[in-house]
Amino acid sequence: MSILLKVDNIHTHIGQYHILQGVSFEAKEGEVSVLLGRNGAGKTTTLKTIMGLTPATSGTVTFLNEGITKNATHHIASNGIGYVPEDQGIFGALTVEENLKVAMRKEDDAARERQEYVLELFPDLKKYWKKEGGHLSGGQKQMLSMARAFINDSKLLLIDEPSKGLAPVVIEKVMEAIVEMKKQTTIILVEQNFIMASRIGDTYTLIDDGETVQSGQMSELVQNEELKRQYLGIG
Amino acid sequence: MELIINLLINGLATGMLIFLLAAGLTLIFGLMDVLNFAHGGLFAWGAFSGVWFYGLTNSFTVAIIGAILTGIVLGFITEKLIITPVYGNHIQQILITLGFMIVLSEMLKVVFGPNQLAAKTPPLLSGSWEIGDVIIIKYRLFIIIVGLIVFGVFQFILKRTKIGLIVRAGVMNKEMVQALGINIKQVFLYVFMAGAALAALGGALMAPYSGVVYAEMGMEFAILAFIVVVIGGMGSFPGSLLAAILVGLAGSFMAYYVPALSLAVNMMLMAIVLIFRPQGLFTAKG
Repeated sequence: MSILLKVDNIHTHIGQYHILQGVSFEAKEGEVSVLLGRNGAGKTTTLKTIMGLTPATSGTVTFLNEGITKNATHHIASNGIGYVPEDQGIFGALTVEENLKVAMRKEDDAARERQEYVLELFPDLKKYWKKEGGHLSGGQKQMLSMARAFINDSKLLLIDEPSKGLAPVVIEKVMEAIVEMKKQTTIILVEQNFIMASRIGDTYTLIDDGETVQSGQMSELVQNEELKRQYLGIG
Repeated sequence: MELIINLLINGLATGMLIFLLAAGLTLIFGLMDVLNFAHGGLFAWGAFSGVWFYGLTNSFTVAIIGAILTGIVLGFITEKLIITPVYGNHIQQILITLGFMIVLSEMLKVVFGPNQLAAKTPPLLSGSWEIGDVIIIKYRLFIIIVGLIVFGVFQFILKRTKIGLIVRAGVMNKEMVQALGINIKQVFLYVFMAGAALAALGGALMAPYSGVVYAEMGMEFAILAFIVVVIGGMGSFPGSLLAAILVGLAGSFMAYYVPALSLAVNMMLMAIVLIFRPQGLFTAKG
């Protein structure tokens, strides 16, 4: 499988704080790569740095063999990277329909077909089509946020903590949706829920104090009790 | 009764003029988080250029179009040269836009001379209708109609078009809009130019209403517009309309019944709203 995205030794400062101090990993086409680590380790900042929202001060991000480290966020998104932020980023005063419409970059037949496909994947959204985003439940907001990132046929999806604050039954639905999306795209997932991460992840990258500690196959991590205890506090 | 109706029309007409100025201001603040104290200068330039174009062509339509184009060009220059370097810094925004407001006012004196200019009402809109004991001044009614049309057109754009959706989404979450592949800086520029065009239109309509235009008129109206933005809710277009009408009516009725309080009434109105609804009457954030 070819490498879709390569993050090489990135350092990111936010204000006076040196948040990322050497994060490196690769995301291969068609895989779910999971970023793991404790709270505050730098996982969310890594996704934001890839998106250009908190640009790297050094290091490189390569997507489809092109450097995107210094690119503007809208260019990065237009080039095929979809982003589902931790807070879902729903436009609360816009309806479900309008939230999706803002995201759609084309409005031709292919785009409409794509929309139908996405709505089949997230049937609840059809039910709440005219409901304002701010009035949706946490799970529905998560679905809408993922649908919005997925609606443009993105080559890569960055999904930040999709299970956060959701009931177990809703987490199950979110997982099913991610597994379905994986058939069509590559995913980088930040997830604190290790059970969920280990079920859908192909590879993992452990981040601690803003640095990559270890990367490898998810099946190896599942077996490695020492690593899980040391960096994830489980096991 | 006829007095009430006359005060009502007067207040509504003034309210619509303030609305045209405040509408751009509220969008600029709501979307771009920019405190633009130079906005009144664009209003004054609209007034002067409207008078100038009318004198040149004797066509009120050309005067209005000329004023709007002047506003668009000045809006482009202001955003590119003055606003872009100070995004995200309110203190710098206040200082540089206040400074630019003075530059705009002084430039009016350089271009059009230091004295105030007389502004004529076009013949078609001069005079009044008498309905029973009620006298309706044509030009004031015209301003009210134009204000409502502008409100309708902008509401349509904001609610029913893609660019309108993007602007509304941008008011709520700029970062997310960018992450969806939209160049928010370009949207900022368009919104700024549209706001400047509205301000210039307000100025051009104001000129025949007051009969004279003078360089400092921008600052006077900008203060009212800021009050309206605060009362209506930052970033809310309908909020601006309602607040502008309230301010216009309060000014009109107070000027007649309690003249001593006519200037203070707007501040009082703002204070009351801020006590009970600090976010303003409407909110655009989701």
